Amino acid sequence: MIDTLITIADWPGVKWVILVLMFALPVASLLTWAERRQSAMIQDRLGPNRANIGNIRLWGILHFVADVIKMIGKEDFIPGNAHRGLFKLAPILALVPVLIAFCIIPFGPTIYPHALFDVISTDALQGMIIHGGVANDLTWADQITLQILTIDFGLIFYFAILTFANYGTTLAGWSSYNKLALLGGLRASSQMMSYEVTMGLSLMGLFLIMGTLEPGEIVRQQGPNPWQWGIVLQPVAFLLFFSAAIAETKRAPFDLPEGESEIVGYFVEYSGLRWGMFFLSEFIEIVFISMLITSLFFGGWQVPFLHDDGLYLFGTVTEMNHITVSLLRILSFVMKVFFFCWFQLMIRWTLPRFRPDQLMQLGWKRLLPLALLNTMVTALILLWIQ
Amino acid sequence: MDTVTQSEKTTVGRATVVTVKREPSQTTSFMMTLIRGMTVTMRHFFSNLFTKTQTETLEYPEEKIPYPERHRGLHRLMKRDDGRVRCVACMCCPTACPANCITIVPAETDDPSVEKYPAVFEIDELRCIVCGLCVEACPCDAIRMDTKLHAAPVEFRGDAIETKTSLLERGGLSHAIQAGKGSDWRESEQ
Repeated sequence: MIDTLITIADWPGVKWVILVLMFALPVASLLTWAERRQSAMIQDRLGPNRANIGNIRLWGILHFVADVIKMIGKEDFIPGNAHRGLFKLAPILALVPVLIAFCIIPFGPTIYPHALFDVISTDALQGMIIHGGVANDLTWADQITLQILTIDFGLIFYFAILTFANYGTTLAGWSSYNKLALLGGLRASSQMMSYEVTMGLSLMGLFLIMGTLEPGEIVRQQGPNPWQWGIVLQPVAFLLFFSAAIAETKRAPFDLPEGESEIVGYFVEYSGLRWGMFFLSEFIEIVFISMLITSLFFGGWQVPFLHDDGLYLFGTVTEMNHITVSLLRILSFVMKVFFFCWFQLMIRWTLPRFRPDQLMQLGWKRLLPLALLNTMVTALILLWIQ
Repeated sequence: MDTVTQSEKTTVGRATVVTVKREPSQTTSFMMTLIRGMTVTMRHFFSNLFTKTQTETLEYPEEKIPYPERHRGLHRLMKRDDGRVRCVACMCCPTACPANCITIVPAETDDPSVEKYPAVFEIDELRCIVCGLCVEACPCDAIRMDTKLHAAPVEFRGDAIETKTSLLERGGLSHAIQAGKGSDWRESEQ
C-alpha cells in the first residue's frame, strides 16, 4: 500500500499537478491581484480591495476570481479575416511551453519516505548513515525526487521549450489580420530572440563552475552555505540573466511588444479567455523565472546552514529529522520564489519603458558582450585555479 | 534631483540645437538610476504596507470628506412658525433660474396677512444646474440649498422632480422677518 503511494508520488504527472496546478497557477493568479495592489501601494493608492463573498473580503484577494468570471463572460471574438486556426493556436503556444518548462525545476530535496523520522547524516548520500539508528536497505529503497524530470540537459531543454513561447506571440500578431498586431508580434519576436542569446550565454559561467546543466544538481552543488551560492560565484551572470529574463516575460521596462494600456500589441484582437491565457502566461512566466533564478543563483531549496542532519550554526549542531529538514527546505524554496515574484513586480513599477532602439542596444551592445566577457573571465579563473 | 547638469546651445543655420549633457550614470549605466528608483518605490511601498499615512485614497462610502459650509445640495422649502410654507409665490426664483427648472403655480389664500402661496412648487433636479441663484433671489428665505444632500439617482425622469411635499419635508422653521420689514419699515427705524 505504502509502496504504491510512493510510486504514485514519484510519478512525474503527480509532481507536475502538485507543482504547476497546485502551486504555480494559483500563485500566478494571485499575482494578477498582487500586482495591482502593489502598484497601488507604490503610488500611494489603495488598489482593488473590495471583491468579497459575503463578509469575506481578505484585502481583495478574491479579485482574481472576479476577473476569471468576467473573462469567461466576455465575447470570444475572432476577426473576420484572421487565420482562425493559428489565431486559436497562438494563446496555447504562449501558455503551454511555460507549463512544460516547470519540469526542470527542483522544488525540494530528495525525500526518503522510509526514513522520514530519522536523522540522516551529511554523508548520507555517500555512506548511507543514519544517526542513532540502523539503516537497512529498505531505508534507501524508495526515494521521491521533488523535481518533475531529472534530465541532464535541463537548462537547454528550458531554452528549447522557451522558443515555442516566441512562436505564440509572433503567430498571435500575424494571424490577427491587423497591422498593429503584426508590428507588435514582430517587436515581441525580435526582443525575445535578442534576449534569449544573452540568457543562454549568461548561464555559461555557471555551467563552467558547476559542470552540469541539470538544475537539481546545480542546487545540490550550491550547498547550504550562502557563500557557495550562484549569486556569490556569478554575480554578473545573475544581473544579466535577470534582465534578460524580464525581457523574456515582456514586462516593464521591456514591455514594448504590448504595453497593456499604451501600446497596441500583438494580442490586440484577442478577447475573453484567449486574452486571459496571454495574460496568465505572463504571470506564470514570472513564477517560473523566480523559480529558475532561485534554483540557479540562490541555492534553490537550500536553507542557509541547514545540512541533511540539522542546522550547523555558530559551531553547534541542532539535529533535525528528515521530514523537518525537507519541509524547511520546501518552505525556503517557496519563500525565495515569493520574494522574486515580489521583486519582479517591484521592478515593473519602478522602471520606465525602453525605446525599441534602446532595447536592442542594451541587448546586443551591453548585455551580450558582458555575458561573453563573464564566460571568458570565469573560464580563465577556472583554468588558473586548476 | 538635478539630472540635467549642463546644456550647450549651438546654432546651425536658423535652428538652435540644444545638446543636453546628462549625468554619466544616465548614459553609461542603468544600475545607479535603477537603485535610486528602487529606493523611492520601496520607501512608498513599505510605508503604505504597514501604515496608511501616505495613502491618498478615501474609501468613499465608508469615509467621506465633510462638505464645506456653503455647499449647495438639494433644495428645501422653509416653513413659517405655524408650519405653513414661507414661499409667497413671488416668482423671483423661476425668473432667476437659468435652467428653468422651477415651476410655481400661485394661489390665493383666505388669510389676509398672506397675499399668495404656491399651490404647486416643483423643482426638476435633472434640469437644475445647482447654481444657487434661486436662493439668492428669494426675498423671503423660503428656499434654501443647505441640505448637503445629492439628487438621488432615478429610474424615470419624472421621479427626479421634487414636489412641494418633498421639499417641505426637508424644510425647517425660518425666523427671518417675512418679506423684509414690511411697508412700515420707515416708522420702525425711528
